[in-house]
Amino acid sequence: MNRYVWILLFVLGLVAPFVVYPVFMMKLLCFALFALAFNLLLGYTGLLSFGHAAFFGGASYITGHLIRNSGLTPELGILGGTLFAALLGYLVGSLAIRRQGIYFAMVTLALAQIVYFIALKAPFTGGEDGLQGIPRGFLFGLIDLNRVHVVGGKPLALNLYYFVFAVFCLGFWIIYRTIHSPFGQVLKGLRENEPRAVSLGYKVDRFKLMAFVISSAIAGLAGATKALVFQLASLTDVSWHTSGEVVLMTLLGGVGTVLGPLAGAFTVVTLQSELTSVGAWITVIIGGIFVICVLLFRRGFVGELGRLLKRSL
Amino acid sequence: MELSFQTVMSQVMLGLNNGVFYAILSLGLAVIFGLLNIVNFVHGALYMLGAYVALLGYTMLGPLLGKPDFHLNYWAALIVAPLVVGLLGVGVERTMLRRLRKFDHLYGLLLTFGLALIIQGVFTNYFNVSGDAYEAKPEALNGAVNLGFMMFPKYRLWVIAISLLVCFATWFVIERTKLGSYLRAGTENPELVKAFGVNVPLMITLTYGYGVALAAFAGVLAAPIYSVSPVMGSEMIITVFAVVVIGGMGSIMGSIVTGLLLGMVEGFTKVVYAPASSTVIFLIMVIVLLVKPAGLFGRES
Repeated sequence: MNRYVWILLFVLGLVAPFVVYPVFMMKLLCFALFALAFNLLLGYTGLLSFGHAAFFGGASYITGHLIRNSGLTPELGILGGTLFAALLGYLVGSLAIRRQGIYFAMVTLALAQIVYFIALKAPFTGGEDGLQGIPRGFLFGLIDLNRVHVVGGKPLALNLYYFVFAVFCLGFWIIYRTIHSPFGQVLKGLRENEPRAVSLGYKVDRFKLMAFVISSAIAGLAGATKALVFQLASLTDVSWHTSGEVVLMTLLGGVGTVLGPLAGAFTVVTLQSELTSVGAWITVIIGGIFVICVLLFRRGFVGELGRLLKRSL
Repeated sequence: MELSFQTVMSQVMLGLNNGVFYAILSLGLAVIFGLLNIVNFVHGALYMLGAYVALLGYTMLGPLLGKPDFHLNYWAALIVAPLVVGLLGVGVERTMLRRLRKFDHLYGLLLTFGLALIIQGVFTNYFNVSGDAYEAKPEALNGAVNLGFMMFPKYRLWVIAISLLVCFATWFVIERTKLGSYLRAGTENPELVKAFGVNVPLMITLTYGYGVALAAFAGVLAAPIYSVSPVMGSEMIITVFAVVVIGGMGSIMGSIVTGLLLGMVEGFTKVVYAPASSTVIFLIMVIVLLVKPAGLFGRES
């Protein structure tokens, strides 16, 4: 893709906190990263995981616990959460790839439900309340993530924002490199025609598992970062609603496009924050978008745009 | 804790009571999957809808029609709720699912997931998440029966009996009748069946309608036992998915038997180690995936 588009997006990311509410931006970045990670599986490997909230939310609990109760610095806490998500991804992935297609989706959903039950019942998760009051602390023990800069009369949490932005860029870069590597080409190959990939001698299960682990680790990175931003790890983060939401973001933006998950996350997060007044109707609206999306534009925003411009975005 | 025969048996019987719900719901999923090749995510929401048809038919239908004395009684609800939900299903199949037939089967899952969110969302807005009690349980089913080893509520015994009857009747129709042979042939090769002059699209629509009607039927049966709440379906459907993964959706009898067995195992776990009872089905799923990945009754396609 055009390098100017990347530069433009990067600059937008840098100036965003001065234009829109930083907490909204950070939430957006976390969910966009989550959707990007999910898209690596659905869009580039052809595996529909219906349990990705387990990695997102699981990592946010672990990170919250490490920072709050073990007193780790934020970057170590996030690293811990991400490693946990990778390990969990390895376990869930090795089980789920034993079944295909629709069964894969059901297996991941059911396994994620075990994680949900653990989050509900385990002694350190705070049950229904979740983990509250996770301190942001000092990055590398030096930079105060709570510090607020006053710009033009407005208090802005710039330290935290740029840290989150850096995490996002790192995650995005890893996914981008994965997609455009020979490894990513094999993934696309087995998405298109698995028997053929097998006949060419690829050990498809290993590729699927590797993709699953990378995807769950990045989903965990996103969840861990979100725990730091909101100072909260909650049951919602591990619930099937969240698993469904990330599917919607990816579908809406465009499955199998690099920028689709960004567009999808932007749409869904904006809807959620604009429509807080409608209360539980938001579930109905999200469901309605799902239905419309599946029936009318299965390629998503970016996919349809790419079709108009006749190039892959 | 001491494992007396009585405590074990009473929990296993209560488990069997849950098991018949798993059986009816996974049976419906299997029937739908056989012909439409989609996993009907909205199944749980329609189970919940069935329970609400019974509840609202009893409490609100009369006042709504201007006849405050009119109540839709339990027996009528057992017929009306499956009809209403079945018709809704026919509408959904005709207007939406049909259009997805030529695309990846995952889209069917996503579409029905969206429908489940819509239905659940609407009910969450109007009703209490902690649930309302259904108070129209018929007089005749109050009280308990002595089974020799324990006293068992009459109503639950009725639920077990009627559910087993419905499950096996469905099995009989599909596996042992001419109509069923069309259905099975349609599962194997719809094009060929069409060539013989069978109206396959109609068959698919009615199958979907019947599958979701089963879910509503289960919902009505559940209404007097559990409180009727907007989330009763979503909790159920995830467990039923695990049941379906364990049994495999390829076999009608397989899905019935797996549902019943897992309900009893869950009940038994409540006696042995109660905290594990909510996850035991998922753990069994893990073991089955490790030992026999295609599922107990499944054949890998």
